[in-house]
Amino acid sequence: MMVIRKSAAIAALAAGSILVLAGCSSGSSSDETTAPVDGGELTVWVDSDRAEALQDVVATFEEETGSTVNLVIKDNSKIRDDFTQAVPAGNGPDITIGAHDWLGSLVQDGLVAPLELGDKVSEFEDVAIQAFTYDGQVYGLPYATENVALMRNVDLAAEAPADFDEMIQMGNDAGTQYAFVVGLDPANADPYHLYPFQTSFGNSVFEQNADGSYTSTLTIADAAGQDFATWLGEQGAAGTINLNLTQDLSKEAFNAGESPFIITGPWNVADSQAAGINIAVDPIPSAGGDTARPFVGVQGFYLSAKSENTILANEFMVNYLGTEDVQYALYEAGNRPPALTAAYEAASSDPIIEGFGAVGAEGAPMPSIPEMGNVWEFWGVAEANIINGQDPESTWTKMADDIQASIDG
Amino acid sequence: MTGATTEDPKQQEDPRAAKRRARAQAYAEAAGAGWKVWLAKIVMLGIIDAASVYAIFVLAASGEWLVGAIVALVTIAVNYIYLRPGLLPAKYLTPGLIFLFVFQIFVVLYTVYIAFTNYGSGHNSDKEDAVNALLLQSQTRVEESAAYPTTIVENFGSFFLLVTDPDTGEALIGGEEQPLEPVADAEFDGSKAVAAPGYTSLDFSGIIANQGAIADLSVPLTDDPNDGYLKTTDGSTSYVFISNMEWDPVADTMTNKTTGVVYRDIGTGAFTADDGTEILPGWVVTVGFDNFARAFTNQDIRGPFIAVTLWTFAFAILSVATTFILGLFLAIVFNDPRMRSKKYYRIIMILPYAFPSFLSALVWAGMFNQDFGYINQVLLGGADIAWLQDPWLAKFSILVVNLWLGYPYMFLVATGALQSIPEDIQEAGKVDGAGVWQVFRLIKFPLLLVSLAPLLISSFAFNFNNFNLIYMLTGGGPRFPDAPINIGQTDIMISMVYKTAFVGSMRDYGLASAFSIIIFIIVAAVSYIGFRQTKVLEDLN
Repeated sequence: MMVIRKSAAIAALAAGSILVLAGCSSGSSSDETTAPVDGGELTVWVDSDRAEALQDVVATFEEETGSTVNLVIKDNSKIRDDFTQAVPAGNGPDITIGAHDWLGSLVQDGLVAPLELGDKVSEFEDVAIQAFTYDGQVYGLPYATENVALMRNVDLAAEAPADFDEMIQMGNDAGTQYAFVVGLDPANADPYHLYPFQTSFGNSVFEQNADGSYTSTLTIADAAGQDFATWLGEQGAAGTINLNLTQDLSKEAFNAGESPFIITGPWNVADSQAAGINIAVDPIPSAGGDTARPFVGVQGFYLSAKSENTILANEFMVNYLGTEDVQYALYEAGNRPPALTAAYEAASSDPIIEGFGAVGAEGAPMPSIPEMGNVWEFWGVAEANIINGQDPESTWTKMADDIQASIDG
Repeated sequence: MTGATTEDPKQQEDPRAAKRRARAQAYAEAAGAGWKVWLAKIVMLGIIDAASVYAIFVLAASGEWLVGAIVALVTIAVNYIYLRPGLLPAKYLTPGLIFLFVFQIFVVLYTVYIAFTNYGSGHNSDKEDAVNALLLQSQTRVEESAAYPTTIVENFGSFFLLVTDPDTGEALIGGEEQPLEPVADAEFDGSKAVAAPGYTSLDFSGIIANQGAIADLSVPLTDDPNDGYLKTTDGSTSYVFISNMEWDPVADTMTNKTTGVVYRDIGTGAFTADDGTEILPGWVVTVGFDNFARAFTNQDIRGPFIAVTLWTFAFAILSVATTFILGLFLAIVFNDPRMRSKKYYRIIMILPYAFPSFLSALVWAGMFNQDFGYINQVLLGGADIAWLQDPWLAKFSILVVNLWLGYPYMFLVATGALQSIPEDIQEAGKVDGAGVWQVFRLIKFPLLLVSLAPLLISSFAFNFNNFNLIYMLTGGGPRFPDAPINIGQTDIMISMVYKTAFVGSMRDYGLASAFSIIIFIIVAAVSYIGFRQTKVLEDLN
């Protein structure tokens, strides 16, 4: 008799835990999209740096439209995963901040809605619009671009080098410990930082359409790609490109004046200036004769596919976030060249921003197609092996075959 | 555990009367506990009940009837248990059971459920969402088409677009299923039509109040749907769109109007054409044992699978063995009564245990750097050893780092176990003429194992899935030169699963869950055998 009673109680209790679960799930109702009341309501996910810069525009928008905007501050590294999980569950935001290379996956998951910029398209930098274009549709409102360029220590090298060999020559003449540095990883090199050299041979990862978007046709292993691989092997043997010089070590070396040149992005400018280095930003010297075009990453705002406040969200994105003042405020918060041409021109009074922007304008948008994810897996390891002295041609060809197999699944 | 019995041992009494008496006694006992206890109980239950009622309302409002019903049942059960005298075991067990269910059993059950679905990239929601997203994505603005200045007007609850033709400047009006037609006497503000007779013009707040309906409004340009339709995204401008996907809810098909290909729902969680091409996004469906079949038949994994499995076992066993030997050795040394300032040494010993292993692994990765690392540069005077790039050295490095991370734990538990061994056993051994080594091997060590063996097994289980260390220190590298996917010499099973299920930007939670279950079975089997073996030791006491 007792036994039966006890087990019945336990079964009831086990079910009881659902109560706690329900508590967990109903606790997150604060950032659900709600049906509009009077002026409507928008939920926007931003990271903490951008949230400061958006306070003013949010206040203006609320005043002019009578709506409410909830800025939800999210941790930068979690935004993508949270968005991917929250939107299908129906408690995602109306708008989220994000990087353009998520676009392919977001579209494939059906999480984002196209944004009709109308005639405003022409007011943005081409590379920014290209980056947010997928299958001929624009999916986000860009606000900043970022890319690597050649950062030069003016006291060690007075002129910008014309090409790679001249840069090495100048570096040797400067008598510093390293002729030039670029941050790599011992096991995975760093395809992102080495990509400008790759493009200077005329090679790209995927075929590019006329409008700058990428097809899923792999072009990495063409003749130009092989030339780059051969060159990479030579540099590895000559020791000009050192795998063991990690990001941190290369930055330290440059900031300590041990190298006149470093390939890096705007994220390292503040530290170098704080270390007392007198810097200039130049185009990346070509190794293969063509223009060295780095990857350009673009940050922007996405509109959720399940937003029920699309008109209000559109209004906020296109006519508020897409204005010069807001883009300039975002530039001041993040120190990246703005995506809106007018704001970029205003920010270009700073020669460093101008330098990165000029290189970026020549750059190639980072492919946002989902297939790009399959490339990273193999690309860096192959580059590291070539630098370590494996046969460039066969390593590069095998890498391309592996990538293709991985894409074909 | 036995329940608080209410049976009265006296047989000759009428059982019902005995029951009544026992219940009365129980009530009296409970009341005797004092009014403060009762008050606390009532307050706590009140809080729980209030929260549950709120939760039930929220759940009912969002149509989650099943979960709502379960919450209601559980709340009733909780009240019953705590208000009724007796049921003492249940009173103690309830909170623990609830948390056990939420944080353990539910998670396990959910993982099992996911293992039988195709949940992952491109399949993350229901069919309705997928259809919605596909239609959104397939609407494209007609290239070079003009923008129509627009006013939203309303008539008997339906919305219409009052637009001004950018070429001719005349006013046109149209609604859902109602192609554009000229309006005779529209009011103009400048060159933009702002009102039409018989219609109410909406201001911005009016538009926002009805934005869902207005955003969905598509007005055909002409009677021919292929000419496209006008849509507005901001309520003040419309553009000409064409959609190249058509959703037929009756036939349950998606048709690409440009190519004419028909995509059907064939139960695989995505619209599929006759030639097998799928269009994404799809939706979540259950796929039976597909994920398990893929886990065992995955071509990519098959090659390195044996090597990875062997290394996983070697890594887990060697990690436990090395940390245990070092920890035990230090524990014995520092247990010696002749040792001075033991306290301070012990604090230093435990330091590696106090650092987060994530951080330690990254620091070690830097120290192992071939050209600039502390180990090559300082300890070995500028040697050029590829610690993390050579297959065997990388394995060795991982074991060294794990030894550094893991020995403090073993040191702690061994110290505790040593101190619980009575001294007189040692004395007895010595009297019988055994040497120090013999006393340790034959007396102390078996006694230690009695209490430490379960901890060694749990340490094995932990290291078997020690993803953090592998991921942070070597990332699984160096890679197998012949593997078609990114699997390396130091990958253990869990990191291999991670790389297989989350290749690039593709996340396949179904496959990952299936793998997790397989790994769980392996670890459970090993642990079970281990515990069976340690039963033998328990006879020592």
